[in-house]
Amino acid sequence: MDTNFSKDDIAFRDEVRKFFDDEFDSTLAKNLGDGHGDNYKESIIAWQKKLYKKGWIAPNWPKEFGGTGWTDTQKFIYESERGLAGVPDVLPFGLKMVGPVIYTFGTQGQKERFLPKILSSDHWWCQGYSEPGAGSDLASLTTSAEYAGANYLVNGRKIWTSLAQYADWIFCLVRTSKGARKQEGISFLLIDMSSPGVTVKPIITIDGRHSLNEVLFENVSVPVENLIGEQDKGWTYAKALLAHERTNMAEVADSKRMLTELKDKASKSIGGGGRCLADDQVFQKQVSDVELDLMALEYTELRALASIAEKGMPGPESSLLKIKGTEISQQLHELHLKVAAHHGGAIALTEEQYDEIKVGSDARNRYLYGRAATIYGGSNEVQRNVIAKAVLGL
Amino acid sequence: MNFDFSEEQTMIMDGISRYVREEYDFDVRRTIKDSNDGYSKEVWRRFSELGWLSIPFDEVYDGFGGKTDDLASVMIELGKGAIIEPYVASIVVFGTLLNESNNESLKKEIIPKIIHGNYIGSFAYIEEQSRFEITDIKTSAIKCDGGYTLRGQKLAVIDADKSDGFIVSTRTDNSQFSADGISLFLVDSESQGVSLSNYKTMDVHSASVITFEDTFVSDENLICALGNGYAHIKSVMPQILLALCSEALGIMETLNKLTVEYSKTRTQFGSPIGSFQALQHRMVDNFMAYEQAKSMVYRGLCEANNYLSGSINLDEFTRVAHAVKALVAKSSKQIGDESIQIHGGIGMTDELNIGHLVKRLMMINVEFGDGDFHQKCFGQN
Repeated sequence: MDTNFSKDDIAFRDEVRKFFDDEFDSTLAKNLGDGHGDNYKESIIAWQKKLYKKGWIAPNWPKEFGGTGWTDTQKFIYESERGLAGVPDVLPFGLKMVGPVIYTFGTQGQKERFLPKILSSDHWWCQGYSEPGAGSDLASLTTSAEYAGANYLVNGRKIWTSLAQYADWIFCLVRTSKGARKQEGISFLLIDMSSPGVTVKPIITIDGRHSLNEVLFENVSVPVENLIGEQDKGWTYAKALLAHERTNMAEVADSKRMLTELKDKASKSIGGGGRCLADDQVFQKQVSDVELDLMALEYTELRALASIAEKGMPGPESSLLKIKGTEISQQLHELHLKVAAHHGGAIALTEEQYDEIKVGSDARNRYLYGRAATIYGGSNEVQRNVIAKAVLGL
Repeated sequence: MNFDFSEEQTMIMDGISRYVREEYDFDVRRTIKDSNDGYSKEVWRRFSELGWLSIPFDEVYDGFGGKTDDLASVMIELGKGAIIEPYVASIVVFGTLLNESNNESLKKEIIPKIIHGNYIGSFAYIEEQSRFEITDIKTSAIKCDGGYTLRGQKLAVIDADKSDGFIVSTRTDNSQFSADGISLFLVDSESQGVSLSNYKTMDVHSASVITFEDTFVSDENLICALGNGYAHIKSVMPQILLALCSEALGIMETLNKLTVEYSKTRTQFGSPIGSFQALQHRMVDNFMAYEQAKSMVYRGLCEANNYLSGSINLDEFTRVAHAVKALVAKSSKQIGDESIQIHGGIGMTDELNIGHLVKRLMMINVEFGDGDFHQKCFGQN
């Protein structure tokens, strides 16, 4: 049992640190913010292209498809440094979701066609899973794809599609036949967002902003070569992807960053009556409660990564990472809002507004949008069901 | 032993409940929210006609002469509508601070205007450094000929941009943190040297940073005896806290009702999600959190009557009010979070009323101190 860094690891850490220092400038930081700014699309693409140029865009991909070939320790170092530097994670849809599905289950032609543009960020992907009637019960989805010669004809409605307003492509679960079980007869289809019959409708969330969408398909013609793997076997591929997605949801590096920022803010924040909030024992207890959980989660994640390295795919225990990770990040959002006190209610309208108002407004938006984390990617209730069934055998 | 609201209170509550249901539904609220004024003058006029603006004011000024429980009963029902009009700022906070003032000529002038819907007021007491400590005041009022000169800045003044006047907490004596030497003035919003920087709040009210730059205020605008401002605030704070907690109670009741209803109609895995035990238990927890909050608010209202009759003193009443605000904060957080979670994705949307009710609960939580603050005050006394 050992998590110490070797000399090479330390050299690697310094290299990562220097790269973030040099390349992630303040304009990027400002424009990327919490993923909702006006220049978000251009900025995240610009940042990802820098990572691509450096060869660091897909640490988790096998080397043959464009991965880094890093050891687990190096991946851990990279993530930690990313969190410390306040660098946002890459967009997950292409690099962490559909990419692995394509290189695992796709044809040679699909790999050649899609993987390079995912790596170079020339294609923006989004995820077409949930439907109005199929949320937690994803397998009850009804968007249909009828086989008609060389094409599928797709009809239906997807919902809660993050950042679909920017997307070039969407990977969808569609129903191609009615099997005995609802999980049968689902297929995994890649659809060009510019196809006739695709409409994106914005959904404004409780933070007053637009990142979610409805995506409507009306007689959308999709070539059969866009089918991943076998027809009617899509659920298998989706399940593999969901396990990957959940593993990514621990967000330890980002939570550590939030924790550091929280402590920093609290130490500068005046607690009224000339006292400092960081000296308030109630507040200290609340912060340390989260910190303990986060320290443990960091190692839970490392253990999971080590096990994935050994077994290939993440197992059902990845649900644990999703549950704890999202709960911890929500607690951190809440504490940031606590620091903001009265200013957490503010909606900052202009750049000229007072700093307290902007900081408060930002904390509130993160808190509100953060409520979705325990709902998306398979709600935490569903994750608990997964653990009960697949891990505990209940 | 009786926990019923009186016949008169029930009548008013029914009236507000009907109004919220029939004339202030969610679409109406949305239209008002997007209007230029940020609230409806028409609705405000209706409130005045129906007598709801007169609740906390003494009868000698045409008020209803309401006690704490009268105001609380109104707030429970108004809470359910998540109304945008400045009722809390102008009637509950500014109104009670003014009504308890001993400046009779000021009351005679202003209160009838408020009741008739022609005057809106707000309370400017938060400063950059003060957080929840009401006595932490830097804004100064220096004696000059015929009055005082105000200098300083107040933050997060709710509904200030709609206000004709502000009650401003200032320091006329002693040092920044002292409970003594605080004086309250009524400052006309049009006074020279008053400037506002306005912004919206998440419950679609507004707030302002108000800067006073050598603003003159007349001796006649002192709300209470010079240097006695904190005692004055302290004397009305339990009533204000109970009104806010009553509003929260109405919101929590609505959230629980909507969530249970939704769980009966939303089907997943072939059954209504409300049939799943995991969710049932949590909705039961939310129900209990609401019932506990209700008991605590009622406890506060009973103690308000005991305070009025002289059987408990202000410190005892204040301690109970701290307890009420602390417990209501806990229940609000639990019910707010769970309402969104159990609704799932749809609970995250701006289109549904759930998020708006939750955001109002969050605003109530920080008004005059959050749950942690009040629990600490409770524990220390």
